[in-house]
Amino acid sequence: MHPDLSPFQLILTGDPPLFAIVRLSLIVSLTAVTASTLIGVPFGALIALTRFRGREGVIVLLNALMGLPPVVVGLAVYLLLSRSGPLGSFGLLFTPAAMILAQTILVTPIIAALARQTIEDLWAEYRDELTAMNVGPLDRVTTLIWEGRFSLVVAVLAGFGRAAAEVGAIIIVGGNIEGFTRTMTTAIALETSKGDLSLAMSLGAVLIVIVIAVNALAWLVRSVGESIAG
Amino acid sequence: MRASNSDLPIRFEKMSVSERGLTILDGITMQIEPGAPTLIIGPNGSGKTTFLRAAMGLLAPTQGRVTWGGRETSPALRRAFVFQRPAMLRRSAAGNLSYALRAAGSPKSQRGQRVEDLLARVGLQGLGKRPARRLSGGEQQRLALARALARDPAVLFLDEPTASLDPASTKAIEDAIRCVAASGVKIVMSTHDLGEARRLAGEIVFLHRGRVVERADAVQFFSCPKTPEARSFIAGDLLV
Repeated sequence: MHPDLSPFQLILTGDPPLFAIVRLSLIVSLTAVTASTLIGVPFGALIALTRFRGREGVIVLLNALMGLPPVVVGLAVYLLLSRSGPLGSFGLLFTPAAMILAQTILVTPIIAALARQTIEDLWAEYRDELTAMNVGPLDRVTTLIWEGRFSLVVAVLAGFGRAAAEVGAIIIVGGNIEGFTRTMTTAIALETSKGDLSLAMSLGAVLIVIVIAVNALAWLVRSVGESIAG
Repeated sequence: MRASNSDLPIRFEKMSVSERGLTILDGITMQIEPGAPTLIIGPNGSGKTTFLRAAMGLLAPTQGRVTWGGRETSPALRRAFVFQRPAMLRRSAAGNLSYALRAAGSPKSQRGQRVEDLLARVGLQGLGKRPARRLSGGEQQRLALARALARDPAVLFLDEPTASLDPASTKAIEDAIRCVAASGVKIVMSTHDLGEARRLAGEIVFLHRGRVVERADAVQFFSCPKTPEARSFIAGDLLV
């Protein structure tokens, strides 16, 4: 990277190391959010549609896990993946895979908790109709997920926001290795502490633009979808 | 399997329903048989909705029992329900109908044609592509009726389907119900509108405070009601 260039010049000239960092950030966060959605939405739906002992406790815990501290998750994944840890033999520590795992653990409770609330509200609305139509349990889940698709987009966006902004977990399990596990947030933390405020600022600007762009895109999809489906 | 009204008769045997200590239906013993529409009338809070829900099998009696064609459990394959405030799925009108057809086990190849038939049956032809939740109240209620008919029911329950609708929408619903009844479907419907009860009923079940106070052929009920409660209800007195 060229420390003598201004943030705008770095972005406009398409500085390759900068773009490698942006690319890895997007791969890690988007993969984690995809995995969290695939786990969190069905899990939230399951809790919304079943009644069992200790359900209230599970809901309180799930809601509390939305505020899971990233550094604690980082530490837990670190212990899990370190050489002497239970999953140490896979050699995943300080790889992008470890970062994806950590962010998935962080984001899944957010998506699951919001999906649970969304689907429970929809179930209250549709319970009579679906029961009268003799719709079975599995079809109920898929129907309500589809009915809640516009609200669930917001849950996924909340998860993406969390993943994209997070630095504590991925810096511990990824190690911030240049060209391999360095993302926008870990690079900003590093460059700021090194005093390279120019690069830190350009990365910060790119990060904010990306988060806004993803949200705008999702909003567009939601609006178009809602205008078609009502 | 159109002919066998196997869910009929629906028998109530000393059936009571209470919720949180409040008795909503109190020891009802009666039988709903095939034939002309049965209209459940009575003031608000008399138990009409609960009666229909119990007859549909949506709620279990607290005491006594309900049987369908002699069976104590009977999945609602040939029963359908139109709720007072129908909840439409966030899809097009046609999408709501094909969902109901799929839930009823209708083969995919026939669904497109059946959706069109159902829309025409309730006078909504041409509105299939519209988002269901953007339809007017009257149109949504007609769509709810079409959705219930998608189940090809032998018994159709309707809970005050025309409450809060304008006269034109009410007429459209009532015309559709008359057609359905003429095609051999047993109609069991609640209303607090006596005019509607006169227009549609074959027989009247008059509920008051959770009990069947009077049950009679419609003509007889309106010309010479037997109980003082029914007399004052027909006369338009406030029955509390």
